[in-house]
Amino acid sequence: MPELAQKLSDLDAILAAHERPAQPWAAPTRAEALERLHAMGLPQRRDEYWKFTRPETLIQMPAPAAAIFDNDEAPLFEGMERLRIVFVDGVFDPEQSDDLTLEGVSIERLATVQSDLHWAKGLYGALEARGQMPVPRPFAALNTAVANDGVLLHVTGKPSKPISLIYVHESTTSDAILHHCIKLDAGTELTVLENGAAAARFNKVMEIDVADGASFHHIRAQGRDHERQAVTHMFARIGAEAMFKSFTMTVNGKLTRNECVIEMTGDNSAAHVAGVCVGDGDFHHDDTVFVTHDAVNCESRQVFKKVLRNGATGVFQGKILVKAGAQKTDGYQISQSLLLDGDSQFLAKPELEIYADDVACSHGSTSGAIDEDALFYLRARGISEAEATGLLTLAFLAEAVEEVESQPLRDALTTRLDAWLSRRQD
Amino acid sequence: MLSIKNLSVKLAEEEKQILKGVDLEIEAGKVHAIMGPNGSGKSTLSYVLSGKGGYEVTDGTATLEGADLLKMEPEQRAAAGLFLAFQYPVEIPGVGNMTFLRTAVNAQRKARGEDEMSAADFLKVVRAKAKELKIDAEMLKRPVNMGFSGGEKKRNEILQMAMLEPKMCILDETDSGLDVDAMKLVAQGVNALRNAGRGFLVITHYQRLLDHIKPDVVHIMADGRIIKTGGPELALEVENNGYADILSEVA
Repeated sequence: MPELAQKLSDLDAILAAHERPAQPWAAPTRAEALERLHAMGLPQRRDEYWKFTRPETLIQMPAPAAAIFDNDEAPLFEGMERLRIVFVDGVFDPEQSDDLTLEGVSIERLATVQSDLHWAKGLYGALEARGQMPVPRPFAALNTAVANDGVLLHVTGKPSKPISLIYVHESTTSDAILHHCIKLDAGTELTVLENGAAAARFNKVMEIDVADGASFHHIRAQGRDHERQAVTHMFARIGAEAMFKSFTMTVNGKLTRNECVIEMTGDNSAAHVAGVCVGDGDFHHDDTVFVTHDAVNCESRQVFKKVLRNGATGVFQGKILVKAGAQKTDGYQISQSLLLDGDSQFLAKPELEIYADDVACSHGSTSGAIDEDALFYLRARGISEAEATGLLTLAFLAEAVEEVESQPLRDALTTRLDAWLSRRQD
Repeated sequence: MLSIKNLSVKLAEEEKQILKGVDLEIEAGKVHAIMGPNGSGKSTLSYVLSGKGGYEVTDGTATLEGADLLKMEPEQRAAAGLFLAFQYPVEIPGVGNMTFLRTAVNAQRKARGEDEMSAADFLKVVRAKAKELKIDAEMLKRPVNMGFSGGEKKRNEILQMAMLEPKMCILDETDSGLDVDAMKLVAQGVNALRNAGRGFLVITHYQRLLDHIKPDVVHIMADGRIIKTGGPELALEVENNGYADILSEVA
């Protein structure tokens, strides 16, 4: 099959560049992932799932260089009570990290686990493998095959503070691959924060197993590192009476593809995935979401808002799959873009696939400019055009930001978005 | 205060002349009313004065205390003291009414080189003024005009006017969509703002509003011009006989 051979031609160089830790417990899983990857190949432009986003820069070797972004702002989440785990260009940094002990959660580094009886053996690569059907996700398989660092969190209680994953970018040519596994036992709770520029190119997988009655919150900020190339995946399996909430704010970056694959396997659960992104110029941002309902009376929400200007591109591919028997499913999906000029574009592919007959599913996708009547109304009250545009833009993003439950976090995110808008007025 | 001379306006996108030489002088402390049949250009006049897009001034001038309004951006006109109470106040999801009011008040103060109002002072003032207009705390918290009834929207306009303390107020069919009680409340709000330094231009179809906001001067507008000017009795004449008599008399 010549096409597949071409799809694999870059793979050897990528594999050669990433040294795998010697871990007997993970070796079979890595080998299986590599087999999957060989079977599916790396993505190409003509792949349907990559129709809107060009994968070349995520594959090419060496990775495109990215300048270190000199940030004069205080990092997001600064001042919040949290346990900090720092990765510099994809490598855990014990010096900058806090002591990895927190009641209610065991925290370990993927690279150092050796025991063949470790809980992570059952999770590492397992949800990623499940998430390869019906759509292949080659970068996630690649990640499982070669990731050499990441964090393993086993939640056995209700930790008093969030786990904060902080990424630091120090090398202009770093090509980082991180793999995190998070296992929440029944009835437990955890909040995970993620922020910071990670590397010149970043491939990250997070697998989250949410047991019955457990609750997982995730808030992520992808920073202003303008030359970022990133492909990230979240794979979540959600048990009964459980809650999963993930929110991502993306500011700039050349190419960012965030995939989120959720499988609802227990009754009466809820999964909310939301994102806001603001992009300028050669910015390309892709949210690809796949939610599978395989249980009764579950609720899922996908809320994505994008503000685009100066030729920026936004992509949304979102699917709700309701399997036979997943009755009383309540599925909601909205993706909207605000185009601040005529050069920017938003490409959306919303999908519903339903095999149960007693469900309520809705989806909507819109693309538009600032409401001229609202803009004039604000200006007629003395608010400048720039400030009025900022107010209306934040208002547009509000529905997604409101998916974040914590008021201080919402305020911090809004302040950051507001700063982006003001900066763009200069 | 407001001086309009030979103001002529067409639609920007098509060859349609809406205002055909409007002359109007509104002195500080006076209330002028403009009445006229549908399509006579009343609302266009209010939009052109406040700077809405979509119109092209083909001739004439409009000044506020000598300053050329037509050269200013809408926000500059507002900061200069012009206020338009909208016929159809715009609903703005996601922008809180309080945030909106405070941003507007402080933007105008800043534009005039004055200090911004502190959050505490602002809250005190807005609560007192809202109370007079029977606007409850819940309405202030909601997004701008979202879920407001017709009457609530109009009261919200008057609240904005009270907070911004403009020099020249234009009320564009503020009575439309109001029941008698709501109209009285709105009129009370307007009357409370009447003073020697402030001018009013009240645009209306009906004499009814003018029972509550007593005008000093009444103008009749038709086909893009002021065709007749008189005292309050002119409004009564319209109420009793319609516009037909006046139109034929002028023709």
